[in-house]
Amino acid sequence: MSMKTLRIKHSSPYVGWLLLAVALLVLAPAVLSDFRLGLLAKYCCYAIAAVGIGLAWGRGGMLVLGQGLYFGIGAYAMAMHLKLADAGPGGVPDFMALYGDATVPGWWEPLRNGGLAVVVILVLPALVAGLLGLAVFKRRIKGAYFAILSQALAAAFAILLVGQVKTTGGANGLNNFQGFFGYALFDPANKRMLYFLAAGILLVSILAMAWLYRTRFGELLVAVRDGEERVRFLGTDPANVKLAAYVIAAVLASIGGALFVPIAGIVSPDDVGVVASIGLLAGVALGGRASLLGPAVGALLIGYAETSLSEAFPGSWSYFQGALFVLVILLLPGGLAQLLGLIGRANAHRGSSVSDHIPRGVPRGKQSETEIARSASEEAAAR
Amino acid sequence: MDALLAQVFTGVSAGAVLLLIALGLTLTFGQMGVINMAHGEFIMAGAYTAYVVSTIVASTELSLLIALPAGFVVGGLLGLALEASVLRWMYARPLDTLLVTYGVGLLLQQVARDIFGAPAKEVPAPGWLDGSIPILGYDFPLTRLFIIVLAGLCVAALLAVLRFTALGRQIRATVGNRDLAETIGISTRRTDRATFFIGSGLAGVAGVALTLLGSTGPNLGTSYIVQAFLVVVVGGIGHLKGTIVAALGIGLLQAFLAHALTGSVAQVIVFLAIVAFLQLRPQGILSVRTRSLA
Amino acid sequence: MRTKFSSRILAASSVLALGLTATACGGAKTGDTATSESCVDTSGDTIKIGFLNSLSGTMAISETTVFKSLSMAAEEINADGGVLGKKLEIVSEDGQSEPTVFAEKATKLIQDDCVAAVFGGWTSSSRKAMLPVFEGNDAPLFYPVQYEGLESSHNIFYTGATTNQQIIPALDFLKQEKKIESIFLVGSDYVFPRTANKIIKQYAAANGIEVLGEEYQPLGSTDFGTVVDKVKAAGADAVFNTLNGDSNVAFFKEYKGKGLTASAMPVLSVSIAEEEVPGVGVGNLEGQYTAWNYYQTIDSPANQKFVTDFKAANGAKAVTSDPMEAAYTSLHLWKGMVEKADSFAVEDVIDASDGVTYDAPEGTVEVDGENHHIAKTALIGQVNSAGLIDTVWSSDKPIEPDPYLKSYDWWKN
Repeated sequence: MSMKTLRIKHSSPYVGWLLLAVALLVLAPAVLSDFRLGLLAKYCCYAIAAVGIGLAWGRGGMLVLGQGLYFGIGAYAMAMHLKLADAGPGGVPDFMALYGDATVPGWWEPLRNGGLAVVVILVLPALVAGLLGLAVFKRRIKGAYFAILSQALAAAFAILLVGQVKTTGGANGLNNFQGFFGYALFDPANKRMLYFLAAGILLVSILAMAWLYRTRFGELLVAVRDGEERVRFLGTDPANVKLAAYVIAAVLASIGGALFVPIAGIVSPDDVGVVASIGLLAGVALGGRASLLGPAVGALLIGYAETSLSEAFPGSWSYFQGALFVLVILLLPGGLAQLLGLIGRANAHRGSSVSDHIPRGVPRGKQSETEIARSASEEAAAR
Repeated sequence: MDALLAQVFTGVSAGAVLLLIALGLTLTFGQMGVINMAHGEFIMAGAYTAYVVSTIVASTELSLLIALPAGFVVGGLLGLALEASVLRWMYARPLDTLLVTYGVGLLLQQVARDIFGAPAKEVPAPGWLDGSIPILGYDFPLTRLFIIVLAGLCVAALLAVLRFTALGRQIRATVGNRDLAETIGISTRRTDRATFFIGSGLAGVAGVALTLLGSTGPNLGTSYIVQAFLVVVVGGIGHLKGTIVAALGIGLLQAFLAHALTGSVAQVIVFLAIVAFLQLRPQGILSVRTRSLA
Repeated sequence: MRTKFSSRILAASSVLALGLTATACGGAKTGDTATSESCVDTSGDTIKIGFLNSLSGTMAISETTVFKSLSMAAEEINADGGVLGKKLEIVSEDGQSEPTVFAEKATKLIQDDCVAAVFGGWTSSSRKAMLPVFEGNDAPLFYPVQYEGLESSHNIFYTGATTNQQIIPALDFLKQEKKIESIFLVGSDYVFPRTANKIIKQYAAANGIEVLGEEYQPLGSTDFGTVVDKVKAAGADAVFNTLNGDSNVAFFKEYKGKGLTASAMPVLSVSIAEEEVPGVGVGNLEGQYTAWNYYQTIDSPANQKFVTDFKAANGAKAVTSDPMEAAYTSLHLWKGMVEKADSFAVEDVIDASDGVTYDAPEGTVEVDGENHHIAKTALIGQVNSAGLIDTVWSSDKPIEPDPYLKSYDWWKN
């Protein structure tokens, strides 16, 4: 590989990050209306969760089909805090008086305190993911088993929420929030503040990934994905590596969910169930699961596409979403990042075509996701 | 005693439904490692086949019997089309098949919505399935009984094919060891296609049967797919007997819990119980000991 | 070297992000009051209104029909010269059967499209999701479906029934006409059935009716084996059914399969209208009761025109139902309010709403300016062999809306 490409490869993630930062922090607020900026803020929340999925799925090979569970933990913790804060000290959230007996259940009480709510948002998903991951990965449950288990958990969580009308608002979810840590949510200036918060956290979490991917842990994670047994033989327990990645992904999803609540103004079981969970994967697949910027950029693009396509052709979003899953995963498993890589390589006179990237007749038993992650691995190799 | 009996019957018939929808999955998932999320939409296609047949065949007494094989063929052809157009490129990436087929499922749902309209369609049940027969003092609906019998027949037919036909031997060889099967001259490509046809066809049959219990609409498949996968996973991927035990077990558990608690809570507990169960037996109820590391 | 480099970037970016966040602060604190400027454009010869119905997802089954009848009402009004001389320009959005999407699209219609009014919503969750959006932006929503009551918003007009116009008359019917002494409650597990059943239980306690059971199934559930076993074992005089959508199909098939009949143990449903009957199967429903304020079979000139026009636009097989009629009526009521106010401004329209009447297919309806509901006649119907619903009992005159049930002394929230 020539020196020129090597340098580009090395710096491009940061160039890309800077471009994204300028677009999100400078360009978007300058040109978008309050309403559109609010939508972008919502996509940023999905993108934060997507960054975590990129780590667990793209780098770690764990198909996390149930991230809605952690998105939901963060979202409901935040929503419960906001409802309690609106109700004032000792007050009862409006919907509890309507559906229940107008008493606040004990497990809500800790969330009255804003600080504690933040702690819950960060720690609870880590605990749940930690316990689950410990049980699952130590028992070497992986692949399809893991995917279906995580999906079942998201489904169970949504059903549980729907069934508890008196304490979680049931299918209605929680909404009608007046303030966010003392700031009134009706004020467009505060809405912009929330946007910057979401965009800022997104950008920081991408940087954190950039750092993480280059640590020993990051390299081990890729090694576990591509050959779990080899890592085990080398003396590292793959379960621990996967566990760490899964926990980080869970916490990121929870943060995304927590920010989603004041921005969207609502959270309902529909936002955390099976369909929502798979929806979170769509952006990651589109952008490029194993690349650094791919998951975030993909999630932003999907959000934009969903809004504009459903506005232009009401009722037809499922066609687009379905086609997108089929085409991207089938033809472009590395996502848009792979496309950029292809263009880059073509420029470097390395004669490449899409067909290079579609594994055909790969013998069974030698299956790995290496192909998909080729661009990512080359990034690492270039260093 | 009566209540207990009622729960056993309800559980068994719920288990039979689970078995019908999971049977095809065991085959495709087990042999090919393909996680076909569009299986639910194949079920839906079977249900719409029953609807179309019922509009063509004047006699409601006969239309169900015609719809069953028709549903098998429609489901099977959809499966073949999916295999030939998409899945054959993806055998090296089994996890990715999940997302691709999810996309296919979304497309099929929307297609159904555009062809048949969003409102649910009625598929009239034949007169000979009207009412119930008393078994040990419990009025057992004939439709439910029919589904139990049908599930039993499907299992028997599948076992017979696997055990006694050349195709069955090829399928078993391919499941056992794909590379070895290929070395002894089995065309695993052809076997894969045949398996997918049968597996998807069974989804179509399940769809026809489900019109006896519920509604025929575009969302029919989505309500069953998660449960179907859980049955397959609990049973042990690729194990027919495991699937039968798992389907009946989950059906009974659900019935007893739903009786003691509410339907929602029962569903949540069943899901959590399955997660816990897989901690004890990660490879499902029946698993073959292998020296394979992967 | 590596770590140093990236940690520097990390630190720098954190400072950047937090700094930006801090500078953006300085907006209103909680407790301040909102002021919102309407951006509705009344200068041209058209006026924009928004339709917000689920055209995809699980609720598309019901909501597409509402969309069709709203569209028909708009065409009628336009053919008739529009409202205050302006033709209606429809902006349609898809709620996708998800509360979050309803909230987003409602905001879009108000802030981006600057519509004068929005018509739509179906589920309680969609209405609850939109409520803060309409109140926060001071825009009007016309909601066309019967619901669980206990609500009255300055910005929402409820043209479907509240509980004292549907559920309580249904109970009166069961008590007076069917002489029931016991009842069994079956519902989907969400807000409407739970609230409805709370009311039913208090009514029952005050009227000497025994509630023999209360069962909820998850939304979309099709497994009714256990529930019907329980219903059958309890042997109540009647079943009150608040199941939603697809669950009704599975429930009634199981009900009939287990040998239960309309004559031995009638089921009164509050969510099955004409368009749902074919899906459940006429054979499974014939003879069962429903409670609404409108049926296609109503014999009045206004309804004959409504049914004929709807069939002309949507095919001879199309049926009309209560929510469709309420949606159709809602657009005409808004027209009446605007014309009475002689203005499209939201506050003028709301101020003018009291006493606005419309000769609707269900009969003449009148808006209550205080709670924004409309007076409606309760009709108990029975499903006939053609799949339509015949009125078998009526409250004779329109019932004044009482969303908080203040006039019922047995009601304690």
